[in-house]
Amino acid sequence: MTTTTTSSAPVSDYKPDADGRLLEVDDLHVEFHTQEGVAKAINGVSFDLHQGETLAILGESGSGKSVTAQAVMGILDMPPAVIPSGAIRYCGQDLLTMPEEQRRKMRGPEISMIFQDALSSLNPTFPVGWQIGEMFRQHRGMNKSDAYAQAVRLMERVAIPAAKERVKQYPHQFSGGMRQRIMIAMAIALDPAVLIADEPTTALDVTVQAQIMALLAELQEERQMGLILITHDLGVVADVADRAAVMYAGRIVAKAGIDDLYARPAHPYTRGLLESIPRLDQKGQTLAAIGGLPPNLTRIPAGCAFNPRCRMAQDVCRTDVPALRDVGQQKSACHFAEEVLNG
Amino acid sequence: MTDTIAATVAPGAAGDDVGEARSLTQDAWRSLKKNKMFWISVALIGVFVLMAIWPSLFTSKDPGFGDINNVRATPSAEHWFGTDTQGYDIYARTIYGARASIIVGILASLTTLLLGGVLGVLAGFYGGWLDALLSRITDIFYAIPLILGGILFMASFPNGANSNYFVVVGKVVLVLTVFGWPTIARLMRSSVLQVKPNEYVLAARALGASPWRIIRSHILPNALAPAIVVATINLGVFIVVEATLSFLGIGLTPPAISWGVAISDALNAIRTYPHILLFPSLFLSLAVLAFILLGDAVRDAFDPKSR
Amino acid sequence: MADVILKADDLFKHYPIKGGVLRRTVGHVRAVDGVSFELNRGETLGIVGESGCGKSTLGRVLMRLEEPTSGTVNFDGVDMFSQSGSTMRKLRRDIQIVFQDPYTSLNPRKTVGDIIAEPFEIHPDVVPKGGRKKAVQELLEMVGLNPEHINRYPHQFSGGQRQRIGIARGIALRPKVLICDEPVSALDVSVQAQVINLMEKLQDELGLSYIFIAHDLSVVRHISDRVGVMYLGRMVELGTEEEIYQRPTHPYTQALLSAVPVPDPTMRGKREQIVLTGDVPSPANPPSGCRFHTRCFKAQDRCKVDDPELIARPDGVAEHRSACLFAEPRVIVETTDVTDVEHDSRFATTEVVDFDDFADDSGLMPADAFATADRSQSVDETEGPLDRPSNTHGPVDDEPLEKRGPRV
Ligand SMILES: Nc1ncnc2c1ncn2[C@@H]1O[C@H](COP(=O)(O)OP(=O)(O)OP(=O)(O)O)[C@@H](O)[C@H]1O
Ligand SMILES: Nc1ncnc2c1ncn2[C@@H]1O[C@H](COP(=O)(O)OP(=O)(O)O)[C@@H](O)[C@H]1O
Ligand code: SF4
Ligand code: SF4
Ligand SMILES: [Mg+2]
Ligand SMILES: [Mg+2]
Repeated sequence: MTTTTTSSAPVSDYKPDADGRLLEVDDLHVEFHTQEGVAKAINGVSFDLHQGETLAILGESGSGKSVTAQAVMGILDMPPAVIPSGAIRYCGQDLLTMPEEQRRKMRGPEISMIFQDALSSLNPTFPVGWQIGEMFRQHRGMNKSDAYAQAVRLMERVAIPAAKERVKQYPHQFSGGMRQRIMIAMAIALDPAVLIADEPTTALDVTVQAQIMALLAELQEERQMGLILITHDLGVVADVADRAAVMYAGRIVAKAGIDDLYARPAHPYTRGLLESIPRLDQKGQTLAAIGGLPPNLTRIPAGCAFNPRCRMAQDVCRTDVPALRDVGQQKSACHFAEEVLNG
Repeated sequence: MTDTIAATVAPGAAGDDVGEARSLTQDAWRSLKKNKMFWISVALIGVFVLMAIWPSLFTSKDPGFGDINNVRATPSAEHWFGTDTQGYDIYARTIYGARASIIVGILASLTTLLLGGVLGVLAGFYGGWLDALLSRITDIFYAIPLILGGILFMASFPNGANSNYFVVVGKVVLVLTVFGWPTIARLMRSSVLQVKPNEYVLAARALGASPWRIIRSHILPNALAPAIVVATINLGVFIVVEATLSFLGIGLTPPAISWGVAISDALNAIRTYPHILLFPSLFLSLAVLAFILLGDAVRDAFDPKSR
Repeated sequence: MADVILKADDLFKHYPIKGGVLRRTVGHVRAVDGVSFELNRGETLGIVGESGCGKSTLGRVLMRLEEPTSGTVNFDGVDMFSQSGSTMRKLRRDIQIVFQDPYTSLNPRKTVGDIIAEPFEIHPDVVPKGGRKKAVQELLEMVGLNPEHINRYPHQFSGGQRQRIGIARGIALRPKVLICDEPVSALDVSVQAQVINLMEKLQDELGLSYIFIAHDLSVVRHISDRVGVMYLGRMVELGTEEEIYQRPTHPYTQALLSAVPVPDPTMRGKREQIVLTGDVPSPANPPSGCRFHTRCFKAQDRCKVDDPELIARPDGVAEHRSACLFAEPRVIVETTDVTDVEHDSRFATTEVVDFDDFADDSGLMPADAFATADRSQSVDETEGPLDRPSNTHGPVDDEPLEKRGPRV
């Protein structure tokens, strides 16, 4: 079934490079110019994403996960957002210098996104099938009935029971989990190469979360998509991601393969996070917290942004910004990364 | 890069504006202070209120003295705005006319706010049959246009030949209240419904707080802002309605002085002596404008999204 | 026999569904549909379940914020629902609530001082007027906030700090029972741990009993002594933390547990996954027989007819209450006991004081704040010398509330 659409779909003009790299974000900066000053939401973020790979972006609220995703998608509100520097290359082409029209055409067939709040991301005034079909009408110029047929096919694919009967129902007639499935159906409609999922299960129950994550994994396997999974849930990351980047105050402070991240964290923040989560499989656990709060992004502390909360901070941390550098198999932006890794 | 960050975050600078406590009201006040329109409207309203309280401050002329030998005079040094068909000084009469408009506007706004507010709070807070009843009554009154209601009421209970000034003003205020409260009540009910499910209200109930205490200290402070804004804007509307009723001869009638009466009188000579109409109309428009501007400014200030 | 402080018996709460032009009652949402349990003095009873299963409704009924449709609650020997007037008011002192959403649970127009003092104003005999400010400051200190911030407004605090304020209000009257409806669900993990630790500390100090409502099974395991699992308005399994997590007998509990991700990539693919199909049925029209039969992987024909009672059923080791006709223990999570594992104090702290709330204060240097914190430390901790510098002015987060959504 899927193969039919893939073959009938227009051949993409974009080809990943030799080692399958789809997306490359290079030293991205994003600022918000507000009344209270300039909030430096993203301060030099770099990562890349390959075909068939799941990259998790982890971090507390306000660390810049969603802004990163929106910048890649090209849906940041500008103004107030400003991108003073950086590049986002998709299959070698810089999205930031691309004409808006060309970029718009890529949203859907090349890169697409799922949001946290499925209820507010679906339009309450149109049937869900119409909204899924919109993708085909817009990008492929399909007629109404073909688009509806495609919608039914996709709804079946994301396991919505009685898809044929429900295709003309409205978003409020579906449960939270089903709405998220519909969002996923819309996001994968045009077979994107990159899928960004911004906290796709945060608003859902664990049972539904398990279903949705399983569905995402299955779809990714099937289509060899590059998946960027944005979440604050260390459990979900451990379950599905290949690599993870940990964000703090608009920077990536640690980047590692998934096993290293949990078994041998090389940044105090990552270690602190791991200590602060209660685990289902442990009893008698001493819970410890990092304490304090992430900084206000209009006044990021000098040196390492984490220093006011870091229990290992030394004088150098208050003056020098630690670069994201190689430490063993992973990357860490800490002056004392080796100590953290080995101690 | 590093340098700029270091420069903007000098140690100690971090907590500067944190110590300052700001509530929503204070935030609103801060943004009002910066709003030019707010100050213009406040200045205008100040002048009108002063006129209403103390007209002799603005003119030494007697508005009740008609100089038969000098009717329909054009503006001059003696009569700044000229004189009207009966030789009254238009400037003095315009100044003295402010009183009726301002009293009617302010009183009617207060009474609608009070009546509409109380009924809206009761309906929103208690819900159930009380809400159903009050809402239906509100709808009925809401369906009658203010002007129409005013005309019907004033025409059915005409003023006696020598009705006391304050009795007539009172009647106008009464009719404006009777037909003006539903706007406030509906608004108040919906903002109470918005505030009520907040967990701080539940928390107060969990503590055993009385309904009155919950309304007074949790519901009202959080639900009042929109009603105040609309009441301010309504003030302008009420002034217009008062003028209209007087214009139609069923509100204030001579010898009482009001802008509506003046406008009505002026119509007889509108073609030949338009200035007689011009000045009271100008003042009326300015007063209405001032209150609407104030209402707008206050609304913007209370709306966090406009900031 | 344990000392029972609160006993709920066959509680029902049905909400009418109005329909048609005449707004007649056309049915009922059976939000709580026959729930019985008991809470022992000084213990934490966790209540878990999917969204909409009636957890919050149960909490509100227990608080008597809503009248139950039927059923009784016996609180410390008194029948709660038959009380009225001043006795009910007195009873309210003994049972208090902490809400989920730190953004809507505090009145934005009141200072923190006013918010925490409100209990004293409603119950004026608890603390004489002159002593209230001091009492409020003591409460702030108890929840790890800077007592000098008594005049600040809620929006000047972060989510975690606001939740502490909500807790301070909850314990102001020194209740015996505190009902916590998802008190940490809206908080970031790094903050959540601190609030959990604070709640545990307060429980020890004040001898509180908690009813801890949450959907996060890991958090509930950490904090609870006993756990109740709810499904569609019913309690389907009730037992000690160990019974529920190590030998659950109800298929729903087993499915829930298997769905919780564990932060350990080496477990990937090794854990048993019970995937529940379908959605939770509508509580207005629950399935016949066992309510779980529409999604149960073990359902038999009998399940559609027979409604299993919540009674003690064997769990392999002993027995505990479960509402399944085919109750059978099944190990879903391999549990490791880490009671003796030292935590590494270089990266995180078991301290409950919110340093950030002290950090920006010119009067009290952070160093002092740390020192104060050390003295009030409740958890034994072999902590090395604090290598946190004494001259840091922590960045202060005064981002207004609107921007700082919970966990987004
Ligand atoms: N006032 C009400 N009127 C009608 N139905 C209600 C009302 N309050 C709750 N319900 C319904 O009762 C059921 C239980 O709701 P409740 O809020 O107790 O769920 P919950 O377990 O706390 O869920 P969550 O995890 O989402 O907080 C739901 O189906 C809900 O829609
Ligand atoms: N439209 C906006 N205007 C101003 N600031 C914004 C805007 N959108 C996001 N921000 C700020 O950017 C920072 C990062 O936000 P976000 O990426 O949403 O965080 P998260 O990691 O929780 O997804 C936050 O401090 C947020 O307040
Ligand atoms: S650089 Fe310093 S402050 Fe930053 S994480 Fe490393 S030790 Fe902590
Ligand atoms: S009674 Fe039947 S349907 Fe219900 S939980 Fe047990 S096996 Fe499943
Ligand atoms: Mg986000
Ligand atoms: Mg709830």
